[in-house]
Amino acid sequence: MDKDIAKELQERVTAACHAKTPLAIVGGGSKAFLGREPRGEPLQIGEHRGIVSYQPTELVITARAGTSLHDIEAVLADQRQMLPFEPPHFGASATLGGTIACGLSGPRRPYTGAARDYVLGMTIINGSGDILRFGGQVMKNVAGFDVSRLMVGAMGTLGVQLEISLKVLPRPAQEVTLIQERTAAEALVVMNHWAGQALPLSATCYDGDHLYVRLSGAQSAVESARRRVGGDVLNSPGEFWESVREHHHGFFAGEAPLWRLALPPVTPPLLIPGKQLIEWGGAQRWLSGEVDGAMLRRHIAEAGGHTRLFRGGERGKVGHHPLTPSVLEIHRRLKRAFDPEGILNHGRMYAWG
Amino acid sequence: MTAEDRASLLEALLVLLPLDAVLCEEEEIRPYECDGLSAYRQTPMVVVLPSSVDQVRAVMRLCHALKVPVVARGAGTGLSGGALPLAGGVLLSLAKLKSILSVDPGNRSARVQPGVRNLAISEAAAPYGLYYAPDPSSQIACSIGGNVAENAGGVHCLKYGLTVHNILKLGVVTVEGDFITVGSDALDSPGYDLLALFTGSEGLLGVIVEVTVKLLPIPERAQVILAAFDDVIKAATAVGEVIAAGIIPAGLEMMDRLAIQAAEAFVHAGYPVDAEAILLCEIDGTNEEVSEHIMEVRRIMQACGAVEVRTAKDDQERARLWKGRKAAFPAVGRLAPDYYCMDGTIPRQRLPEVLRRIAEWSQEYGLPVANVFHAGDGNLHPLILYDANKPGELQRTEELGGKILELCVAVGGTITGEHGVGVEKINQMCVQFAPMELTQFHAVKHAFDPHGLLNPGKAVPTLHRCAEFGAMHVHEGKLPFPELERF
Repeated sequence: MDKDIAKELQERVTAACHAKTPLAIVGGGSKAFLGREPRGEPLQIGEHRGIVSYQPTELVITARAGTSLHDIEAVLADQRQMLPFEPPHFGASATLGGTIACGLSGPRRPYTGAARDYVLGMTIINGSGDILRFGGQVMKNVAGFDVSRLMVGAMGTLGVQLEISLKVLPRPAQEVTLIQERTAAEALVVMNHWAGQALPLSATCYDGDHLYVRLSGAQSAVESARRRVGGDVLNSPGEFWESVREHHHGFFAGEAPLWRLALPPVTPPLLIPGKQLIEWGGAQRWLSGEVDGAMLRRHIAEAGGHTRLFRGGERGKVGHHPLTPSVLEIHRRLKRAFDPEGILNHGRMYAWG
Repeated sequence: MTAEDRASLLEALLVLLPLDAVLCEEEEIRPYECDGLSAYRQTPMVVVLPSSVDQVRAVMRLCHALKVPVVARGAGTGLSGGALPLAGGVLLSLAKLKSILSVDPGNRSARVQPGVRNLAISEAAAPYGLYYAPDPSSQIACSIGGNVAENAGGVHCLKYGLTVHNILKLGVVTVEGDFITVGSDALDSPGYDLLALFTGSEGLLGVIVEVTVKLLPIPERAQVILAAFDDVIKAATAVGEVIAAGIIPAGLEMMDRLAIQAAEAFVHAGYPVDAEAILLCEIDGTNEEVSEHIMEVRRIMQACGAVEVRTAKDDQERARLWKGRKAAFPAVGRLAPDYYCMDGTIPRQRLPEVLRRIAEWSQEYGLPVANVFHAGDGNLHPLILYDANKPGELQRTEELGGKILELCVAVGGTITGEHGVGVEKINQMCVQFAPMELTQFHAVKHAFDPHGLLNPGKAVPTLHRCAEFGAMHVHEGKLPFPELERF
């Protein structure tokens, strides 16, 4: 059932702003485990849903924030199109707004781009209760600051999303996944070697024993790349990539804390305790195990990367990678610029805001 | 600023910088009076040419302490007056910061200083089989720092994106003179996406002193098709059909009759001069993919009623077909003493009605308009031909230009696709955005630059200016935010 509850949401935010009552924005609740503990009165946006416009030949879809991610992907699939950043859902209730607020991207990310790369425009309610529209529904738009992209990954701390316009892409005509036995060091070398060649890569993953490589594109291109890359063809590739994307893969089983490590892709295998799964050609690595967070941070920062405690562990103490003092000050000022009373998802991203 | 203040500023700058890096004589500063939009000119109080990041920091610290406004300038090729100096301000040229610091073929990135030319990055990356994708038409001359400040595009953005999609990390000097890093050598960074916010911020938030760009593998093959149509609407339909077939061309450009004829007369690209519109469609990728898609695009063009479809036989012919498109602005420029280039973006499906309205207004104003269109992504460049020496013609041209941009907004598009707002489109910002949105922009600006010292007066209009322009959305006679000063 499509419904527009923008007015009600605006009234709630305005009232909360006057009363200085914190609000915890809730979409489908599928990513409630991310970031720090939500605090405040729940502000449900799940009812604010529906696809507002979709023109396949314009490659643009606009939907309300509470629209189910599953529904959007189904509508796109009917037209042989897709969300190019292959977002993880982390549950059937995932909404578009939650996906964009968390700024998460899936296996296709290093080869086609991240969630923020496909956001064209957004309507938000800021912390003062104003409804504001930034960007638009066109591919190229440099009028004004890029506030829409700033919202991506801000975890609702800068605004309540109402409507989002995204660029979409055609689904590749053909896809094949190849599997090769490799060491971690070899896997990192070949993934990056291929990424520097004109090859239609669309996903890579190393699980500790095997390297998985997905190729996507025109039929002839995939066929010729398959010969160049080599390896056995994986049966049920869809299930495999979904398991990696949704963290259903065996690697993610168990209760140990899960860390996300973002690194320059060619960084050699990390000699740290715990088991690892490598994605994104080496640029995203998952670490599962009890580790010393402070030491891990130092180690990863020295390699030019950053860490995030993704699931489990001491959620309140360690979350996002710490910011340098000047950058932290800019963050605080930006938060105040959008949410002067500090009512939107206070403390969800950082303790201060 | 008094003469005394000016003298003490110059004295302080000379302590920070060598003598030849501080310019204040009339003949020295004259070359900096405008950027690529020469209709607006203003000499600055002083031009400084720092040659290190430390010198940039020192200049910013000084200007911050004295509350002197600063306008940063790259190569000065911008088309919206973003680098127009201020009479009472410092013009900070980044031209001397022009080293390619490193090319990292493994991580497919390059770390460069802001004054490095766009094309020079691809040249440095070429030995590794890599290149930097965004290619604004000024790429021989424009610098990467300016590209970031304007979020520059180019003919290949439909497939490869704008500057914001092709950079990883920035080194920025803040208004206070601090050095901060935004983005990272990984694919993302913790905290808010300041990398996106800085891209296209037109020098209002900080001074970009280092850029790490993403490099891509050079495609195995590129091939171009020319399709001629006897009707603009048929050409527009063909664009939609190519995309509906699941093909994303590397470039997809449209030119109308006047643009075709001008380009043909200028560079002899071999264009059919009797066509109402031509499409240039470039396909790149692996050898097999290009062959497969070229066949498909030919079929679609014919099915959409193209009167002629031609595939470039070799690289020379491909280069010649592109040459006409790339020379379209100067070619049109030969038809009249002056031309004015617009930069609106529209949803592609609205193209026929937008072109029809432009043609009607062109008649009404007695000013010819040639249209060059990045058809794939809806970015329209109408070129208005005029003669600045005829009294009143510049004013009528600006009025027509303003109407075209307002039409772009009305059909769901934007006033600028890739050239930026600068000083040129500042009034149309009042049409594109409501006062509350502009107020939010000012709050963002304030978060980085509380005293408004970085490129003040550009990109985001004051509410006062919008009120004067007459486009303020006034509800029941009341302005929003009555408590705010209207300066």
